[in-house]
Amino acid sequence: MIKVEKINKSFADKHVLKDVSFSFEAGKTNLVIGASGSGKTTLIKCMVGLHTPDSGKIIFDGATFEDLVKKDKRELRQQIGMLFQGGALFDYLTVEQNIAFPLSMFTNMSEEEKKDRVNFCLNRVNLNNVNNLFPAELSGGMIKRVAIARAISMNPKYLFCDEPNSGLDPQTSIIIDNLIQEITQEYNITTVVNTHDMNSVVEIGDNIAFINKGKLAWQGNKDSIISSDSPELNDFVFASQLLKKLKQ
Amino acid sequence: MIQGLKMFGKYLSLLGNVFSRPENKKVYFRRILDEMVKLGVNSLTIVSIISLFMGAVVTIQTGLQLSNPFIPKYLIGFATRESLVLEFSPTMIALILAGKVGSSIASEIGTMRVSEQIDALEIMGINSSAFIIQPKIIASVLFFPILVVISMAIGMFGGFLAATLGGIISKAEFLQGLLYWFQPFYIFYAIVKTVFFAFAISSVSSFFGYYTAGGAIAVGKSSTKAVVYSCIVILIVNFVITQLMLS
Repeated sequence: MIKVEKINKSFADKHVLKDVSFSFEAGKTNLVIGASGSGKTTLIKCMVGLHTPDSGKIIFDGATFEDLVKKDKRELRQQIGMLFQGGALFDYLTVEQNIAFPLSMFTNMSEEEKKDRVNFCLNRVNLNNVNNLFPAELSGGMIKRVAIARAISMNPKYLFCDEPNSGLDPQTSIIIDNLIQEITQEYNITTVVNTHDMNSVVEIGDNIAFINKGKLAWQGNKDSIISSDSPELNDFVFASQLLKKLKQ
Repeated sequence: MIQGLKMFGKYLSLLGNVFSRPENKKVYFRRILDEMVKLGVNSLTIVSIISLFMGAVVTIQTGLQLSNPFIPKYLIGFATRESLVLEFSPTMIALILAGKVGSSIASEIGTMRVSEQIDALEIMGINSSAFIIQPKIIASVLFFPILVVISMAIGMFGGFLAATLGGIISKAEFLQGLLYWFQPFYIFYAIVKTVFFAFAISSVSSFFGYYTAGGAIAVGKSSTKAVVYSCIVILIVNFVITQLMLS
């Protein structure tokens, strides 16, 4: 479980996150939703340590991130897997080398063991015969799947996904969403997904935080979101005319 | 001025991070070898071509200046060697490498920054600056002196070809000049200069690449800045080392 408590973050004179508090539960896909520029990515970057919050706490299973010494922070980060918007695969490495990269850096696995682990992770994301391809040779959906495979190669306790569906067609988006949910439940990972895709919300939203103008404006799940009375949330969820009519 | 000092402070702070203990020495060692090939071996062709023509031109121009019959002809070979060893090979090649290698380093690291590959390293718990930059600096510092020594040899060969094929002086006179009053210290001086140039090119270019912010245009800007600043640093370092070692 990850808890964020009263997180504030500003860039110059722009106050991006304002007293955001939320609990991200283990074994569930926790969604952070909100319009572009609402502060979702800043929140996720604060949680993984890429940004330092101005105030507030981020607690990973009882350990406050800010209080950890450098060495412990690095160790905690090895338990974090992250799926970036563009995949962030190392373009000079093949698919196999990308997935084996964290294993080479932090484990004493033999080449054979690494190969087995890579193949296991690739099978888990339903990809075969791509081991020797470079990221430039993959489609958008395949890049996302390889990035998930790399993220789970070290058996992470926490998985962060920044807009996993961006640039994907609706069918591939659903496949990626379902894959994230399956992995989360299978390995009891605390998964945090940053998205503004309403399909994802309806598909995998076990626990949802809605961020509006830097503030936590609503929390609930995929069942309660449709019937919410929050005007800001309704403006976001039912943004299209089609959905507005369906709601009415 | 304040902006410049801030940038210098940021550069020193980055260097502090770069020279921290590697997470996995084996992986780092392999990366150093890769970088030696990428930054050093792959520059051999351009260094060889430039050196060959540089040596030839120096010989022709020196021959033109030393037309007085009272000046021994073998001094053309001597002047060619001295020019190449003291200045042309180390400094000229460093400026060429600042363009080729410096822009390549800055754009590679800049692209890693904008495509979030550096963030991915950080999240894995890897010191991204050390992982990316340290092997580049070590590879440059180890390999650039080799390039410069090769450049000296090829430059002298270029001079030899120009002198003999162009009928400026005889083969024997040119070789006599090349061997005349040889000072091994000058080679040492050139290598010392090159080590500093290599450090400047790789670290300055990495600095601009690492702090790239924005998209593709920012990568291009970082690359340009890397080349410009590397060249300026090379010229300053050249002056300081020459003053310290030769004056």
